[in-house]
Amino acid sequence: MIEFFLNGQRQRVATEPETSVLELLRGPLARHGTKEGCASGDCGACTVAIASPEDGQQSLTYRTANACITPAHQLQGAHLITVEGLARGDALHPAQSSMVACHGSQCGFCTPGIVMSLFVMHEQQRSAPGMPLDDHRLEAALGGNLCRCTGYRPIRDAALSMSEHADTRPPWADDPTLERAVRELSPTVASEGQSGYLTPTTLAELTAAMQRHPEARLVAGATDLWLEATQRLEPFEMLIDLRQVRELRQIEETADGWWIGAAVSYREWEPLLVEHYPAFAHLLTRLGSAQIRNRGTVGGNIANASPIGDTPPVLLTLDARLRLAGPQGMRELPLASFFLDYKKTALEPGECVAAIYLPKPQANFEQRVWKLSKRREDDISTLLGAFRWRRKDGVLSDVRVAYGGMAAIPLRVEAVEAALEGRKPDQATFRTARQALHDSLTPMSDARGSRDYRLTAAVNLLERWRLTLVDTGSNDPAQEVILDAYAH
Amino acid sequence: MRTLTKRVFNTSRATAETTAETDQSQEAAMSEPLLALRIESESTGTGEAFGRLEGDEPVARDTVTPRPARENSRHAQAHESAIKHVTGRARYIDDLPAPHGALHAMVGLSDVAHGRITRLDLGAVMEMPGVIDVITAQHIPGHRDIGPVFPGDPMLADEEVSYVGQPLFAIAATSYLEARRAVKAAVVEIAPLPPRFDPVAAADAGEFVRPTHVQMSGDWQQALEHAPHVLEAEQFVGGQEHFYLEGQACLVVPGEDEGVTVYTSNQHPSETQKLVAEVLDIPFHAVTVENRRMGGGFGGKETQAAPWACMAALLARRTGRAIRLRLPRAEDTRATGKRHPFHNRYRLGFDDEGVILGGDMTLIGDCGHSPDLSEAVVDRAMFHADNAYSLGAARVTGHRARTHMASNTAFRGFGGPQGMMIVEQAMDDIARHVGEDPLTVRKRNLYRIGRDTTHYGQHVDQYPLMVEIIERLERSSDYWQRRDEIRAFNRQSAVIKRGLALTPVKFGISFTAKHLNQAGALLHVYTDGSVMINHGGTEMGQGLHTKVCQVVARELGIDFESVRISATRTDKVPNTSPTAASSGADLNGMAARDAATQIRQRLLDFAAEHYQFDREGLHLENGKLVSDIGAVTPAVSWGELIQAAYLGRVSLSATGFYSTPLIHYDRDSGQGRPFYYFAYGASVSEVRVDTLSGEYRVERVDILHDVGDSLNPAIDLGQVEGGFIQGMGWLTSEELKWNDDGRLLTDGPATYKIPTFGDLPPIFNVELLEGHPNSQASLYRSKAVGEPPFMLGISVWSALRDALSSLTGYRVSPPLDTPATPERVLMAAEALRAGPANVGASR
Repeated sequence: MIEFFLNGQRQRVATEPETSVLELLRGPLARHGTKEGCASGDCGACTVAIASPEDGQQSLTYRTANACITPAHQLQGAHLITVEGLARGDALHPAQSSMVACHGSQCGFCTPGIVMSLFVMHEQQRSAPGMPLDDHRLEAALGGNLCRCTGYRPIRDAALSMSEHADTRPPWADDPTLERAVRELSPTVASEGQSGYLTPTTLAELTAAMQRHPEARLVAGATDLWLEATQRLEPFEMLIDLRQVRELRQIEETADGWWIGAAVSYREWEPLLVEHYPAFAHLLTRLGSAQIRNRGTVGGNIANASPIGDTPPVLLTLDARLRLAGPQGMRELPLASFFLDYKKTALEPGECVAAIYLPKPQANFEQRVWKLSKRREDDISTLLGAFRWRRKDGVLSDVRVAYGGMAAIPLRVEAVEAALEGRKPDQATFRTARQALHDSLTPMSDARGSRDYRLTAAVNLLERWRLTLVDTGSNDPAQEVILDAYAH
Repeated sequence: MRTLTKRVFNTSRATAETTAETDQSQEAAMSEPLLALRIESESTGTGEAFGRLEGDEPVARDTVTPRPARENSRHAQAHESAIKHVTGRARYIDDLPAPHGALHAMVGLSDVAHGRITRLDLGAVMEMPGVIDVITAQHIPGHRDIGPVFPGDPMLADEEVSYVGQPLFAIAATSYLEARRAVKAAVVEIAPLPPRFDPVAAADAGEFVRPTHVQMSGDWQQALEHAPHVLEAEQFVGGQEHFYLEGQACLVVPGEDEGVTVYTSNQHPSETQKLVAEVLDIPFHAVTVENRRMGGGFGGKETQAAPWACMAALLARRTGRAIRLRLPRAEDTRATGKRHPFHNRYRLGFDDEGVILGGDMTLIGDCGHSPDLSEAVVDRAMFHADNAYSLGAARVTGHRARTHMASNTAFRGFGGPQGMMIVEQAMDDIARHVGEDPLTVRKRNLYRIGRDTTHYGQHVDQYPLMVEIIERLERSSDYWQRRDEIRAFNRQSAVIKRGLALTPVKFGISFTAKHLNQAGALLHVYTDGSVMINHGGTEMGQGLHTKVCQVVARELGIDFESVRISATRTDKVPNTSPTAASSGADLNGMAARDAATQIRQRLLDFAAEHYQFDREGLHLENGKLVSDIGAVTPAVSWGELIQAAYLGRVSLSATGFYSTPLIHYDRDSGQGRPFYYFAYGASVSEVRVDTLSGEYRVERVDILHDVGDSLNPAIDLGQVEGGFIQGMGWLTSEELKWNDDGRLLTDGPATYKIPTFGDLPPIFNVELLEGHPNSQASLYRSKAVGEPPFMLGISVWSALRDALSSLTGYRVSPPLDTPATPERVLMAAEALRAGPANVGASR
């Protein structure tokens, strides 16, 4: 049994562990406005807005989510807004009236999702009116909503013109008691055990639950796990949700770095990266979509151990460490020792990733992160190259080179590092490095790219890196070695 | 008009009526006092008529009040469902309420590309929780083959399987999840036979789904022999997944007779009606097919929406319960056909100026395992192998290769885009060969005086329009200035290369199957003056219903809101053509106009007599009957006129019909006039390419497109922009990949990448060409707009080739198969850098 609010109305419903928010909406709740386009979190047709208890914001903050891969249980204690909940009678919300005025819908199937992304953007705009609606923000907000009809121009116009429309507030926004009522709901799922869905709130509870239920799967953002439900139709006997575990939700600063809780979402992590690791932060803008970044976690990206996860190669070059929690307590492990083989990690039974240690950048630290994919936004890496070094007197040191998509695991390429360490970044040095890379990797061909392409592009990224190290001192665009849209 | 119900004889009814009236707004009651008076005065002395009014006649108490309309049909009217779209109230198939006890159907698909079914054991499936029924080919009472035009598509595979994803059996269960899980319990054994995936090898082996067709004009061999220059090259043009956001879905409700009502996301309700009836072995009138709207179609629901309706219908009849069938995205993508991939070749002779003298083109369409629509698709590719250029003495050959793939099908452009690609490649190649800018060579080859007839014998009407569009676009996009800048930039820049290209589109409008060029409509006017129009076309987002309502409103001089479309239904308008070939508005708009014209004539005839007005000069305008002659004639409101006409026993219902004139094509000679007219357009695209990674961005696009006199500029602009982006996606990021066993790897949006928000070019100048009505007597001199803009996307591909060509100082025209993914762009750049000797078109 879960309790939450839907468009201002309190709901109490029974649901299965593998039921998604979308299935709940379109099934028992009979709200058909939210559409299923793909059931894999890739198209955004099912976009809804959720204000979740664990966000810990001052006031309810609405974030987009793909309802198709959000567990229904994660609505516990939340306020869910769907496309039915925006208009006041015949008076449309600006996210809706601007879409009508700009001819932003054709077949209309993606429209509810787009309206919800616009709604969240409008809410942000209301709380921070000074923030310019630049292309970057628009792309970040709408890149996860596919439209097959319009070509997006009218949707962009709608986004830009929302402020010119009457600022009709949704009916629930008038209810002064709503926010308190939402907050008074328990953030945890009641009747533990029976529901098949556990919501521990401390690390001790978590590890105990994992011991009691060795068959249980861990879930945080569910952005990957839920594909097993919607695509492979696997029932979950027991799910343990990490999102309420206090220790996993913290970012703890130490003298030399930060311990990032494994259940911290990409979005929550982003400000720290923007400040200290802008190249890494730029990568996040191309990781999934806003809907994914709002819910997906870096702990999941690591523990999932996909060879094409975006963050592991970068974290490898930053000498990240992991804190693993298990029945015997905590242990630490360099990230480089964590990935053993395809989707195989150093986690022992009963263990989970608790936190990731990110060292602070040292003096003369430099970093490049380049992701290659078929489509710039909301795509998975074909390959990703991460480079980090220090430079003093023209000599490279502390060189780290790692790639994703080039092997069964995210991989540091020590032969390349050795070829560059302690040398000047001249053509000859890099020629050696390229050869070393070429000799070290044997990628495979798949739907995203051929072996030849992967190898050629991976080697070329080293050449791109070399070229960025040559300071021409000119702003001549003809000297650029990377497209603006991919530069950071 | 309230008088009508106030003058009652029966008191108990009067009370009820009065109560009802209190709900009506004061404003509405005040709006038509004149009408009330008139009808009252009308009725004086006809007490008998009034006596009958007190019964249950359909005379309205209030009439609609058409707002004074600005020129309705030219107005940029919003989509008729726009408000429903943005509020989530617009219903798609899976949103429809189903009758109690409805079951969910799911389909079991083949995992093998080619083989013989040796075992299909569904015992375990029947044992799965919730399963109510299971069907295989053996359970079909009527036709087992549901090939839409030619046979070759078994509803469920019988003995042999021909592609991975082919339906083998279908089941009905009490829930969607149970149905999906149950399908997995099937025991299927298939003895594999050697599959064929390569259409070129299939063509070499004579493996065709339909016979090869040839079009010829003049002595092409002699032209090649005597040409100063000859180039030849080949290209692979990839297919495309429709990726309609609403997948294939239907709801079938069994009726009290032997029939069913089918609610389906479907571009061709009449064909589905036919196939369902034939599968069930019942008459067509026992099957009603309805579609209110689709969440996208793009051709993918022209023929390939029918199989699911057939399966659901059979399950519905067998179980006696309503059946919902909705394919999960991955199954949908594997089971249904796509845009045909093509392998094209050209061998063309030309003079020193790059002007084509003649030559030979071969187009091989990869049709998949069955004919489906491939005969016409490859025909249309052949009809567009010239695009906007005179080929001179040319032979165009089209093969329909059979492979063990899903049967490829209609997709926006219907082969036209694939055909155009070969001549656009040739234009670039010839330009590099003669050392001219590709735009110069393109312009020299356009249809022109003395070279104004296509290789299939059709005179190109309005060809000067193409020249005008290109010249205007050249100026508005600063083509030549940017060309100079880009050349200068590319000389300086080692890694980043910029590319620019202008490509034209000339697209033939009409179904090439002549009989499909007909349409019907059914128009009712109710006694409150509200109008219902039904027609044979379906709404898939293209705004067809909006345009048709505009047409009716314009013909009847009333406003848009007074006209409504309920749904497309086979019991309202029979024997309809698919909504395809860009013809929706051309055909159905004309049929609706015909119906509306009949009603208008009847009303005017009636009014002239009834009100004693001069018939000459009477017309309907802004919700009123007005007269040009005799300014003293008082205006009669629409509502009043309709009620008077009803009382005057004038039929307020009409059927409309239209068939396109003039078209014909003789397949034996390969000559004729298959198209009523051509639609034109052109686009200029600029790209920036990273030659180290293959990444690129489309930085600026300028488009000028011809829609004749636009029916609705907002909707037409939406078609042009959306078509361009979809065409760009086809040629850039949308890559279909199969494994060695013929299984589609890119079966969902995680791996199949359609353009997203950030792919919208930062500068996107799109204009409709104004002041050039259709030279043919089309609907208000408008032109079709659904497909033609799709091919504007070709300029992106040509611009990529332009950027790559700069790596060789524009001497080499690099081959660039499509989709031109970053991978293909990078590999092309690497090949050029490695040495241009073996790259490009060859003599």
